[in-house]
Amino acid sequence: METEKKLIGRGELEKLFSHWRSKGKRILAPKKIGAKIDFAAVTTLEEVCLGQVQTVQSAKTAVFPRVEELFSFKNKDGRVEIWERDQGALLETVIFGLRPCDAAAFAVLKAIFNWDSQDPLFSARMEKVAVIGVSCPRADEYCFCTLAGGGPGGTTGSDILLTEIAPGEYLAEIISEKGRVLAGEAAGLKPCPASVSKEAHLAKVEPAFALERVAPALARLFDDNAFWVEQSLRCLGCGACAYVCPACACFDIQDEGGGSGQRLRCWDSCGFGLFTLHTSGHNPRPVQSQRWRQRLMHKFSYMPERQQVLGCVGCGRCSRACPVDMNILEHLRSVAEAKP
Amino acid sequence: MSMADIFKPYLMKIEQVSDETPDVKTMRLVFSDEREGKNFSFRTGQFGEYSVFGEGECTFCIASPPTRQGYIECTFRKAGRVTSALSGLEPGEIIGFRGPYGNIFPISDWEGKNLLFIAGGIALPPMRSVIWNVLDLRERYGNITIVYGARTVADLVYKRELAEWAGRSDVKLISTVDPGGETPDWKGEIGFVPTVLDRAAPAIASRDTVAVVCGPPVMIKFTFPVLTKLGFKPENIFTTLENRMKCGVGKCGRCNVGKYFVCKDGPVFTFAQLKDMPQEY
Repeated sequence: METEKKLIGRGELEKLFSHWRSKGKRILAPKKIGAKIDFAAVTTLEEVCLGQVQTVQSAKTAVFPRVEELFSFKNKDGRVEIWERDQGALLETVIFGLRPCDAAAFAVLKAIFNWDSQDPLFSARMEKVAVIGVSCPRADEYCFCTLAGGGPGGTTGSDILLTEIAPGEYLAEIISEKGRVLAGEAAGLKPCPASVSKEAHLAKVEPAFALERVAPALARLFDDNAFWVEQSLRCLGCGACAYVCPACACFDIQDEGGGSGQRLRCWDSCGFGLFTLHTSGHNPRPVQSQRWRQRLMHKFSYMPERQQVLGCVGCGRCSRACPVDMNILEHLRSVAEAKP
Repeated sequence: MSMADIFKPYLMKIEQVSDETPDVKTMRLVFSDEREGKNFSFRTGQFGEYSVFGEGECTFCIASPPTRQGYIECTFRKAGRVTSALSGLEPGEIIGFRGPYGNIFPISDWEGKNLLFIAGGIALPPMRSVIWNVLDLRERYGNITIVYGARTVADLVYKRELAEWAGRSDVKLISTVDPGGETPDWKGEIGFVPTVLDRAAPAIASRDTVAVVCGPPVMIKFTFPVLTKLGFKPENIFTTLENRMKCGVGKCGRCNVGKYFVCKDGPVFTFAQLKDMPQEY
């Protein structure tokens, strides 16, 4: 559908929050929790924090929880019973106040979970999620959305995108059918004069170099062991980058609870040595340099080729979270600039 | 609307358990739900996720051929958490199975050709499926030669079937154990698989012959030059890769070799394909 433009004030937004709550919807939004700002359930607009550049964690937990039950079972006296998840019981959710990079990441997750066959739990959650993004008025030195094909006012993945054009006054771009339904629930949406432009209210994020140089350089560098050792010398293999990444979706499957238990899907990371370790002791990626190479190859070479989507949205979280200050942008630049 | 859960396994009843070696077992599994069993089909080379409820899942090939219907078999070594639990189970108990997953050995392309199977140790199970598949369609293939080796006589799996193949006039079986692994009454060859293959070479035609090689990486490494010397082209040598897997359906992210998913693009690859893939297996 064609994007519609409206104006909406904080007062109307507050009313929308009450309306969604009265319909039994869960609202996830950036919220102060101790010293951190992260996505959590909120009931009022008052609780929502929009002043930060980014939350610590992304919003991917809404569609890909850190641990989720695939099904539960009872294994007793030679009989096994399985209870599937009731997809109807998943909550209708509005994710409010996420940045355009995070909204764009849902397309990456879709490509991973559904490229070949539909992942039912992920898809059921996606169907129940509506996304209201908020454009970025400022960025920090870790942001590189424009390099990854997005921007501080990017609309990809949002059902509605808000841009604050004056204190408490938002330009609302209604992007999808889901967005149209959500907006329809709001009273007091005003038409948007043609003179209103969001560009003046957006952060400036200049692409540091051409992304097109990365994939061919990666292919060329694959067997350059010294290059990858140098790249990953500091890497602790802690997996923090994967856990904060809005586009990382590697997972493990584990049983818990003994004979009457659950089969669980849990986040995992290619940065862990255990990730690929065979029971025999053989490991196809035995050292950290190969695991770091896998991280970059997967996101910037394999995914563009196999799933036609970049595995990164340029949110910069991995660089902010890294305990040894590995900055992915610097690493990508050194890939792009490596001499053949 | 809810979609069928791709992670929900079939419930399978263990019908029969055979000890292959002190730590390797073969299990014959039948579908608890007869209708599911009737609708189930697979092709040789495919694999599945087998689970002990409460312990987790593990990945093995389907070791029986699709020509034998009504059951599937798997052969596994007791090694980790799931296989330890699995090896403690008795006939009549219920386990889970998801599959079939992955690609196949293209046996219809091989019709009219000679077949050479080369396997080492616990790598015979994936090959056992394709061997019985072509033996059940024997008239469609030329000469069939099987070279199988293990460290010791005790480590040879499928001993009853090895005896059956040895007794058939339409199969040439060369079995071998590593030097020092023989017993006083061992009648087979003594030597590593590549050496024995080299010794037997004059009897093995490479023209119109497809080779299938499964075994530990070191065996594959030394077998490949012997096959090349015999005139085999890389596109006529097949193998099956066994990277660690969780989902089996191209999502969990760990079995990849470069841009290829072993679970989707494999597990069967030709040596021509492997030459263009990084060494991540």
